[in-house]
Amino acid sequence: MADKKIRVLVAKPGLDGHDRGAKVVARALRDAGMEVIYTGLRQTVDQIVEAADSEDVDVVALSLLSGAHNTLFPEVVEGLKKKGMNDVLVIGGGVIPAADIPGLEAAGVKAIFTPGTPTKDIIDFIKANV
Amino acid sequence: MEFSMKDFWNGSRRALARAITIVENEQDGYEEIMKEIYHHTGRAQVIGVTGAPGAGKSTLSDNLVKFYRKMGKTVGVCAIDPTSPFSGGAILGDRIRMNDLTLDQGVYIRSMGTRGSLGGLSRKTADAVKLMDAWGLDVIFIETVGVGQSEVDIVKNADTTLVVLVPGLGDDIQAIKAGILEIGDVFTINKCDRDGADRLNVEIEMMLDLGEAQDWRPPIERTIANEGKGIEDVVNGLNEHRKYLEESGLLEERRRERVRTEMAEMIHDRISRHVMQEITETGKFADYVERVYERQTDPYTVVDSIVGNIFK
Repeated sequence: MADKKIRVLVAKPGLDGHDRGAKVVARALRDAGMEVIYTGLRQTVDQIVEAADSEDVDVVALSLLSGAHNTLFPEVVEGLKKKGMNDVLVIGGGVIPAADIPGLEAAGVKAIFTPGTPTKDIIDFIKANV
Repeated sequence: MEFSMKDFWNGSRRALARAITIVENEQDGYEEIMKEIYHHTGRAQVIGVTGAPGAGKSTLSDNLVKFYRKMGKTVGVCAIDPTSPFSGGAILGDRIRMNDLTLDQGVYIRSMGTRGSLGGLSRKTADAVKLMDAWGLDVIFIETVGVGQSEVDIVKNADTTLVVLVPGLGDDIQAIKAGILEIGDVFTINKCDRDGADRLNVEIEMMLDLGEAQDWRPPIERTIANEGKGIEDVVNGLNEHRKYLEESGLLEERRRERVRTEMAEMIHDRISRHVMQEITETGKFADYVERVYERQTDPYTVVDSIVGNIFK
């Protein structure tokens, strides 16, 4: 039997146009042997949830630098639950104030990686939690 | 999430997505799924889209899907991107050009990595297409990786192959080399507003003239995919070809040939796995490698004896 490959959707919800961070993470995950589905900029929550569903991903990695994370990240978690995808690991990254992190985690985002995080930490976290 | 065939037959997209994962990874039960769905395949029109990296395959597919949707068809897309031979990972980016389709419940898009396969598809593409077919999608597009000259596995999987070309990539000798130009049932010159489109058109015509006359002369269409121009012509070309396949009996012939190659590959696969498992588990393989490396024997003798022993 072949190894189960980890599939990750890297998504940019909302309206910011900065995807450097998302691309760095996508590249790092690729080099760690994962299949990364990248859907580009300015995705709605519904688009992200549908893509995660069709692609049957294990992980949804959200990147946001606009400040709307407190609204959009929990909406993605909720959307996935409604689809019956309770076992999908949702993680987030971007410019996210430390004060917001506990709230996001309580809403079901399993980890937040802020700027400066070594990509290895993200890879290790995914491998340990999928 | 638990997978159930009942959900699959009830039209659950979650179940289709999960079934493809199970089959792609050869997880437990994958053969049972394929056995159950096989009898329900063969309905869908399967169209291959191939061409060089950056030729516009995804953008064109996006437009073609929209066109078929307007005709009331449900559509599946199998989008293949390369897997790194070094890390085993992949960046699957074809959806970037298809975001408008994401929320359409009549469309199912699945991105796949090649996972070591070299022909422009992944080894499990054919199975993913069968799953989409059995699930009830009317038209299925297979978008290959960006190909060079010789990745032509798509012809073994699609009823009709659309080759996407762009102006400015080479001279007329490129056009008569063996490879992807031989497999086009329909051609399109994409980005046709660029310099060199007329010349490319002449070169393809010439290439087609050099061969023996066939019943089907591949039409050469022109598109500007990102502006949605020329899409209807391509669809007409694809449908004409479909009609030709049906009327000439070639569709049956191609599909029969597909069954033949597919079974031959499955047998090949099963036997080679069996043999490799046998000799690696017993540790014999490592011994043989060492002995051949030391020039105590040669690989030809060793392979004769390994294979001879197993099939005696």
